Parts: sequence; C-alpha cells; structure tokens
Amino acid sequence: MNANPLVILFYLAALIAIVASIKVVTRNNTVHALLYLVISLVAVAVCFYLMGAPFAAGLEVIVYAGAILVLFVFAIMLFGLRQDETRLAPKNTGFSVWLGPCVLALCLLAELVYVLQHDGIQAQLSATVVDSKQVGILLYGPYLLAVEIASFLLLAGLIAGFHFAKPREQGGDL
Amino acid sequence: MPDNVIKLIQITIMLALLIPIAAMLVWVERRLIGIWQDRLGPNRVGPFGVLQSFADLLKILGKEDWVPPFADKLVFVLAPVIGAVCVLMSFAVLPFSPDILIADLNIGLLFFLAMASLAVYSVVLAGWASNSKYALLGGMRAAAQTVSYEVFMGLSLMGVVLLAGSFNLTEIVLAQQHGWFIQSQFVGFVVFFIAGIAESHRLPFDLPEAETELTAGFHTEYSGLKFALFFLGEYLGVTLISCMSVVLFFGGWLMPEPLDNWLPPFMWFVLKVSFFVVFFILLRTALPRPRFDQLLGFGWKVMLPLALLNLLVTALLSLLEVL
Repeated sequence: MNANPLVILFYLAALIAIVASIKVVTRNNTVHALLYLVISLVAVAVCFYLMGAPFAAGLEVIVYAGAILVLFVFAIMLFGLRQDETRLAPKNTGFSVWLGPCVLALCLLAELVYVLQHDGIQAQLSATVVDSKQVGILLYGPYLLAVEIASFLLLAGLIAGFHFAKPREQGGDL
Repeated sequence: MPDNVIKLIQITIMLALLIPIAAMLVWVERRLIGIWQDRLGPNRVGPFGVLQSFADLLKILGKEDWVPPFADKLVFVLAPVIGAVCVLMSFAVLPFSPDILIADLNIGLLFFLAMASLAVYSVVLAGWASNSKYALLGGMRAAAQTVSYEVFMGLSLMGVVLLAGSFNLTEIVLAQQHGWFIQSQFVGFVVFFIAGIAESHRLPFDLPEAETELTAGFHTEYSGLKFALFFLGEYLGVTLISCMSVVLFFGGWLMPEPLDNWLPPFMWFVLKVSFFVVFFILLRTALPRPRFDQLLGFGWKVMLPLALLNLLVTALLSLLEVL
C-alpha cells in the first residue's frame, strides 16, 4: 500500500466507525451505546468527505448525528432508562437468533471485498469531488421522484404526529 | 512542510486569543449590565475591574475538581469538553480577513451548522449524566429547544447561500462587495440571530439553565474547572454567532468605499463583531424570559414560516433576476 495520507485517514476513520458500531450493540447502558453511535456516524461522515462527497458528509453530521440522535437521547431521558435494561430482552438468545443477521452480514462482507478488489479504494479517493450544486441538480433532475416520495412520507409522519398529539376531547390520543 | 507549520502557529494564536476574549467577555457583560441597570458592577480588581476575570479564574482553579458520586463519571466529564470543542472548531472555518483564515472549506457554512448541532450534546449529556432532577429537566429543555431552533437556523441561511451561490464563507463575503446581504435578507438575519440566541442558550432563551425555576438547570451539579468550561463554551458561542452574523449578513471584513481605507480589514471585522456582542448583552438586560411552551410555539409557528417565506421570496426574486 502506498503512503497516501488520504488513504491512511480513510482507513483510520473506517476503523473508528467499525469499532464504534460494535460498541453500540455490546453496551448495556443505552446512553453510552448512543454516544458510540454518534462517533460512528461522525466517522462515516469523514469517510464521505474523503471520498469526495463533502455535501453528504455535512448532511450526515447535521441530520443524523445532530438531530435524529439528539431525539433518541431525548426519548431515553424522557423514559428515564438508566440501569442495565437487558432483563427486558427476550430470553431465547440461542444460535437461531444469530443465524439470520450472520448470513446477511456475510453477504454484505463478500460484496464489500469484491468491490474493494475490483475498484480499489485508491481510485475512489482520487475521484472528482461532487459539490453541492451537482447534488442539487441530480436531486431535482433524475431523482425527483425519489425526493417527492420521501416528502410524501414525511408529510404522512407529520399528519400522524399532529393527530397523536391532539387532546382527547378534539379526537386525539392524549 | 512549512505550510502545515504556519497553520499550526495560526491555530495556536487563535486559541491563545479566543479563550482570554471569552473570559474578558464575562467582565464586559457584568460592567455593561451594571451601567444599563444604573449600578456599578465589578470595579474593584484592577483599573475599572478589568482583572475581575483573572481573579475569577484563580478562584475556579483553586476549587476542588469534584464529580458527584451518583453521576455517570465518563459522560459527566466529557459533556463540558464537547461543548467547548464544538464551538472552537467552528472558528476554524471563519474568514476574519482576506489573509486570516485557518480552513477554507468549500462546505464552511454546513460545517458551522454541523458543529452547532453537535454542541447540543454537551448540554443534553450534562443533564443526563448529573443524575439529578433539575439537571435532567434542563437537559431535556435544551434538547427540545435546540433541535427546534436548528431547523430554521439552517433555513434562514439558505437565502444567503442562494444569493452567494456557495457554502464557502470566503466566497459569501466576497459576494457582498456590491452591497451587504442584510439589505435583501433582513428577515433571514432576524431569524438567524434569534435562532443563534437560542442555540447559545442565552437570555431570553436560557430556559435550560433558568435559575429561577431549575436552580441552575443542566449545570446544577458542576463546579470548578468543568463549570468554567461550560461558561467558556457559552461566551465563545456568543462570539461565534456574532462573527457568523457579520460574515453572512454584514459583509465580513468589507466596508463601503470611503471607509475601507481607514482601518485594516481585520479591525473592521472586530468592530462589527463587538457591536453584535454588545447587542447580545443588551438583549439579556432588556428582555424577560418566556415560558417554555411559548418558546417552542414561537419557534414553530412564527420563525419557521418566516424562514420558509423568506427563502421562497428570495428564490423567486433571484429567478426573476430582481436581486
């Protein structure tokens, strides 16, 4: 491997993302697990940036790490989860529970190894930088349908939230 | 690599300047509030009391670095550090003058928004890790308030991005050579500034630490150096929002024709920023604190529609080539 600093940075960030993701599922303390998830997302954002997608990297931090996970932490604080909550987990943790995820993860790993062998991360890292203007043109050009479907989904969520939050005398659930 | 060495020296100088500035702001604020409330304020330590912050620092350093036994140790220590670091990181993308700039990032504005949204963790985690009711309530208020106000903080800046055609802060400043963006983006500026006050949880939006109802809110259990870090983060936040207002809406280091030769660009930048810092302090003296539901209602029902309308009108006008 050549000593391109970008490549070293990329592998470092990827390693941090992997270790943090493993910690997410092995922690018993929910807030600690969420903190590792934040670290993992920021590391993935660094990977995006190094691969020439600064806009995606920025949005990854703003939307995922900065907004969605804050809501997760908010919910955990609201429910007062503090101690080890593993006693609430289902008791059956035999091999059959692990089988499905393991097969799926192996398929993904094989795919990843195949892609890395054929394209190579070096080629990706030296590729052109996609700036925000290009992202915008693509989103509102060829991918307009996807954007519209996503906005429909968000609107449905908004209406549902509005309905749930209404007081009971007005026909809501609270 | 001499380039990297120069950058490192620049970063060191910036840190060495920013942290004392934040400390001095505490004194400036107390003196100014004193003047506006018709009393003296701290005037005993040194001439006009300028050494007050230094005395406070000595006192804080002399305090025991204490972690409550019922707190979550790691998160409790980490929380104030996250806040200070996130705010300091944002200064890296700020163009202070044509030459003084650490990182000329092409997504500079997004970087600022990302750091602002990560800084929430400081307050939220402090509230959670303290394991005390007041702190928890403060942390929950902070989470709800910051997530809400972040939404239109980003939206209010999109008008500027649209006019400048870039997320790069240097390019945004240079796009204001023929007129500052405040002329066409006045609504955007008002929304941004109000959201900025909420983001740095300063009065009148300091509900996470409302001392009349929550003791001290999220930092109830903090003392000594860790408390000082929260304070540092807050005053750096005030400076940061003032700097961003100047860069985005008031032409950064630029000045109109006859004035621009009177002072170097960096001095103009400092003067403009000082004006906004003083305005921040004036707001604190002048305005009462709203109720929490009023705060959130105001955000979603007034500020969000305003920000959206501003973006819509700006887009329309620039499509019709009026702007």
